[in-house]
Amino acid sequence: MSLNRSMLIIPGNNPQRLQNAPVFNPDLLALDLADGVSIDEKDSARILVKEAINFMDYENVQVVVRINSLQSGLGAKDIEVITPVKPVAFIVSQASAEQLQNVEKVLSESEKNAGLNQGSIGLIPVIETVEALENISSVLSASPRVNGVFFNAEGLARELGINRSKEGDEILYARSKVAMACRAAGIKSFDTVFTDVNDIEGLEKDSLNARNLGFTGKAAIDGRQIDTIHKIFV
Amino acid sequence: MKNRVGREIPEYIKGYGQVKPFDGALANYGERTKTSVKLRSVKPGENKLVETIEEVLDKVGIRDGMTVSFHHHLRNGDYVMNLVMEAIAKRGVKDITVAASGIFKVHEPLADYIKRGIITGMSANYIAPGSVATAISKGFLQKPAVLMSHGGRPRAIESGDLHIDVAFIAAPTADFYGNLNGVQGKAACGTLAYSVSDAQYADYVVAVTDNLVPYPACPIEISQDNVDYVVKIESIGDPNGIVSGTLTVTKDPVGLRIAKLAAQVIEATGYIKEGMSFQTGAGGTSLAVAAEVRKFMQEKNVVGSFAAGGITGYMVDMLNEGLFRSLFDVQCFDLKAIASIRDNPKHQKMSGSLYGNPHNRGAVVNNLDVMILGATEIDTDFNVNVVTGSDGIIIGASGGHNDTAAGSKLAIVVTNLTKGRLPVVKDHVTTVTTPGETIDVLVTERGIAVNPGRQDLIDKLKETDLPIVPIEELKNIAERLTGKPEPIELSDQIVAIVEYRDGTVIDVVRKPL
Amino acid sequence: MKINKTAQAGAIESSDVLVTVAPNPEGGIKVELETKRVIQKQFGKQIEKVILETVKQKGIDNALIKAQDKGALDYTYRARVLTALERASI
Repeated sequence: MSLNRSMLIIPGNNPQRLQNAPVFNPDLLALDLADGVSIDEKDSARILVKEAINFMDYENVQVVVRINSLQSGLGAKDIEVITPVKPVAFIVSQASAEQLQNVEKVLSESEKNAGLNQGSIGLIPVIETVEALENISSVLSASPRVNGVFFNAEGLARELGINRSKEGDEILYARSKVAMACRAAGIKSFDTVFTDVNDIEGLEKDSLNARNLGFTGKAAIDGRQIDTIHKIFV
Repeated sequence: MKNRVGREIPEYIKGYGQVKPFDGALANYGERTKTSVKLRSVKPGENKLVETIEEVLDKVGIRDGMTVSFHHHLRNGDYVMNLVMEAIAKRGVKDITVAASGIFKVHEPLADYIKRGIITGMSANYIAPGSVATAISKGFLQKPAVLMSHGGRPRAIESGDLHIDVAFIAAPTADFYGNLNGVQGKAACGTLAYSVSDAQYADYVVAVTDNLVPYPACPIEISQDNVDYVVKIESIGDPNGIVSGTLTVTKDPVGLRIAKLAAQVIEATGYIKEGMSFQTGAGGTSLAVAAEVRKFMQEKNVVGSFAAGGITGYMVDMLNEGLFRSLFDVQCFDLKAIASIRDNPKHQKMSGSLYGNPHNRGAVVNNLDVMILGATEIDTDFNVNVVTGSDGIIIGASGGHNDTAAGSKLAIVVTNLTKGRLPVVKDHVTTVTTPGETIDVLVTERGIAVNPGRQDLIDKLKETDLPIVPIEELKNIAERLTGKPEPIELSDQIVAIVEYRDGTVIDVVRKPL
Repeated sequence: MKINKTAQAGAIESSDVLVTVAPNPEGGIKVELETKRVIQKQFGKQIEKVILETVKQKGIDNALIKAQDKGALDYTYRARVLTALERASI
């Protein structure tokens, strides 16, 4: 049984970070083709991530890849190129039930073309819109491939036009809802990233908060955050 | 012939002499004799002050074939070595051997003197990458350069193996009779530790200062009874090159991870204890290890006996926090260290000989518990290279590496497993500086290897969940990432000799093709 | 795949390589590697091999490949060359 306490998100177009990532022992390693890559370099990142997954010493981590949306025209290509190297799952940003179903169609096709068993690759929707939050049960049941959820508070804050705080009062409801819905569905949940990478004490408080609300894990954007997250999400 | 670390070295090297091959870290102890010293006694009423460098060269009778020495406490801000060598070159003198404790980028002009045969021999404990290192690596120096350690150089001077005709001591403060210190003046550098043996044993000792103070100077590190002449010049060095800006703990997450693992090794093997002693380098990762050790010491309420080495403001903070009873300082790296050595009696000076000379009645390294070291390369026998890059070009040199590794109870090499494309762990290092028998643990971000000779450490670390792996596995992981490097082609021409701290030859540097 | 124009991929940044691909007026595949001496001596041949293999795999027999290296590993070379080739062939 693999552990799912931490998910380290790193930009996919950066070879140095791709190489250093396993050193921090995250449970999941999320290689980002979307938010973390500029529009000019989407093609570059896609190929680099594919080659990295084939080559790097990622034996002790579960590799997941955050893809671009299908609407952007990039998502389908991401799925086509990355599927053959068998990531554990694709992370789908701004997820909705409809989106997930569309992604699933493309993914099934790619798995067939790559000679993989149907359903080998999972889906991790990102809950970061009001719509997804309020309809989370339908998002979680949109596809049997859904085996994890990432709650991204920054996305939600943008939509609501509010400021984020370290204490997180403004996202209390959203966090609780996501955590509980995941528990009810028996799916692992990753809490939003704590963005101040130098504040280890703040990270610890935030992680404890998330765990107490019912999350089973937390996302990170810096390797230094992993040890603290593992301390809290035992 | 093959020496104890399996390196092929000739029995005799032209420009050096008969080779004493390295035979083990502890092979060369026993009865020792210090060489006798020739000096000119000074009558009451005689004057030591000389107006110019040119004049003092007259007085010491500088001529072809002499050996002149310099210390490197002014580091990359030093003006003195260049000024003296320029004056020597101008008089048409040649065939000079420069015995410097360290050569920095600021000393590039020496490369030209090497090519012109003005300098035909050189010895140093450190040669920065640059023109001089390249000139030597390419074979322009007539005699092979001799690379010594911080402890080995005073050994060589005291035993007579290295005879100095004229020692030039850059002195941030001097009085007219030759009492010197390094803690006052615009070019203050802290201790003058590396010049102590030079002052005691050279035929002539010349102090070069830009800060002449009323007699007597106070404090005194090098005293008047060892100094022949004092020259006052405009400026002995650039403060910006002498002291580094505040050296801080690295922010690189991988470096921090390595540091954390190293500190956990120290703790798990029982070396965080009351009365412990500790030494680390001045680089970002080395200081990160100090930071982690500090945390453990605070948690366990431990007061250490001493910290040693080149001292930075970070170590001064630890002293002031009460984590150590004392500091032993052989080189001050920043302003904080200079102020501390000047003002705090617990911050003590340590000459090069006291630091690491294996042939005195016991150097400070003998009392060192934990030593944090770097490495350019390390092989599966734990031999370490800090002298050449993997292409065979000189990029450093021993410094205090093999002294501290030999003396300390726990010698830990901390390094990234790969530096860019270059694997740090290899089958055989390009040049051996420090023998594997004195290296106990290798800590990298991808695993920790323990020297099989230290069963006691292996047993203690087995109990933890630290990633302990055989060193061969680390080499394999490195090669899997970088690919297997092709061997460097070297010629037969020996361009430098690497002496172990006891004066034996542990390896040679051959000119790369 | 045919190289129609000059294109680049990658960056001059630690662990990366900036690959520039252009049509070769003289025909054939020419590789130019710019890297630190210590890397050239130990890995120069291997890097050139990886570049050539990647180019040939795409069925290209005419290209000028310039690589400005900052310590990139083989997988990065494959990726940057493939991306540059694709960009140069549209």
